[in-house]
Amino acid sequence: MDLPIYLDNNATTPMDPRVLEAMLPYFVQKFGNSASRNHAFGWVAEEAVDYAREQVAQLIGANEKEIIFTSGATESDNLALKGVFEMYKEKGNHIITMVTEHKAVLDACKHLEKLGARVTYLTPKPDGLINLEELVAAMSQETILVSIMYGNNEIGVIQPVKEIAKIAHSFGALFMTDATQAVGKIPVNVIEDGIDLLALSAHKMYGPKGVGALYVRRKNPRVKVTAQMDGGGHERGMRSGTLNVPGIVGLGKACELGRLEMQQDAIRLSALRDKLENALSQLEESYVNGNIEHRLPHTANISFKYVEGEGLMMAMKDLAVSSGSACTSASLEPSYVLKSLGLSDDLAHSSIRFGLGRFTTEEEVDRAIEVTRNAVTHLRELSPLWEMFKEGIDLDSIEWAEH
Amino acid sequence: MAYSDKVIDHYSNPRNVGTLDKSSNKVGTGLVGAPECGDVMRLQIEVDEFNVIKDAKFKTFGCGSAIASSSLATEWLKGKSIDDAMKIDNMDIVEELALPPVKIHCSVLAEDAIKAAINDFRVKNGLAPIESEKVHH
Ligand SMILES: Cc1ncc(COP(=O)(O)O)c(C=O)c1O
Ligand code: FES
Repeated sequence: MDLPIYLDNNATTPMDPRVLEAMLPYFVQKFGNSASRNHAFGWVAEEAVDYAREQVAQLIGANEKEIIFTSGATESDNLALKGVFEMYKEKGNHIITMVTEHKAVLDACKHLEKLGARVTYLTPKPDGLINLEELVAAMSQETILVSIMYGNNEIGVIQPVKEIAKIAHSFGALFMTDATQAVGKIPVNVIEDGIDLLALSAHKMYGPKGVGALYVRRKNPRVKVTAQMDGGGHERGMRSGTLNVPGIVGLGKACELGRLEMQQDAIRLSALRDKLENALSQLEESYVNGNIEHRLPHTANISFKYVEGEGLMMAMKDLAVSSGSACTSASLEPSYVLKSLGLSDDLAHSSIRFGLGRFTTEEEVDRAIEVTRNAVTHLRELSPLWEMFKEGIDLDSIEWAEH
Repeated sequence: MAYSDKVIDHYSNPRNVGTLDKSSNKVGTGLVGAPECGDVMRLQIEVDEFNVIKDAKFKTFGCGSAIASSSLATEWLKGKSIDDAMKIDNMDIVEELALPPVKIHCSVLAEDAIKAAINDFRVKNGLAPIESEKVHH
């Protein structure tokens, strides 16, 4: 077994060798610019891009004309939010989203607030799911867009996208979803789900980094976004710039593999995830974060009370995982997603995210269980809070001297 | 972020983990930090009749640097007079463990814990606590 074991597939996935193989000819031999209309080099590239467009469209039940290639989900989120606001602001200036969204959505919304948008940031229920009544209550005639992610990157909860879309549409608003973590992992269908705009990224589904797509509905209704970059008018005028042909070929191949292998991957990974989660839940004072029914198959987020996440990760150096602890980020604030579930700061500091993937083996999961168990035990031996807990001292009764 | 070898050493083989009898007059206990901040350090000293620290123990909830800082602090404390112990500066810890700037607060916590333990000992023995005027780096 190679160490460390990679269990951070929500951050990025390794590329599937079949994806790499599909991409390779497009660097040196078939290097053409897909916009070159007057020679074979361009035609070959264009054909490859068209084929990839179909592969992407097929995975999400879209028409290939509805796929705009971008540099990744961050760009897709920005283009969708800013592009819709600019296009529809005469109609209304209100946008609804959630505090648990990715920063690409939240910060794009903050930007739009400076340009006159009014943005409602809904708080999730303690299990991470949206409160649909609060969504209805927040809707108004001014609402032009509801933007709610499909599957959450930190806790993996899957939002009731269909219901959200219905509510948005009943008020005449568009529905956009950041489906970066969901596409290729669980069935996503823009028609059945009622999605008007959808962001996805190749590197979360075994494709290359730096390439993604935005789905923009063309019928019922026809959605338009204002381009956010000026240039040659590529991608039906919505996203200028010479296309990243090898990247796009890779994205297409990743989507095809996702479509064909999603079901078997999901069955295998949810069994492994449950094994991991059940074993670690046996540790005293451990808590699984987020709704466990509506959840991505490969994600587990667990808080181990009385140990601190960063210290824990150091003891788990044979595992590549991620922590909601402040100390792992520059901000010194624990995860805003976990905090929004109502988790106390100390539980947010004590959380570890395990992200399994297509290449995770059972042997690796068994090892991860053992490493985590030992690390939690080691750190609890060092933890004054654990000792107090064991002595029956109520930690809330102590006046902590904050420094 | 990469940790220095010394941090990893103290973290993997922490020195002087444990608990002293906090009701004893010879023992001073410093409990600093807060669970919400992601770090709590408890440092204890046992002082003999010559005001020399005979034993020191710690337990820490926090990152690797916080654990290493407190482990190192207990090593330094043993055998020091409490007056000398009072002079331990967080920047000495930063230097010894090669802590990067974002980890300085972990060493500050260790210095605070040392001072809190000494003052607990002083108060228990009828002495006034020493106010620290130091402005932290
Ligand atoms: C939900 C979500 N949205 C957006 C992004 C950003 O994607 P990209 O790295 O392709 O810009 C990520 C990845 O971190 C994500 O998890
Ligand atoms: S205890 Fe927070 S960074 Fe060290």
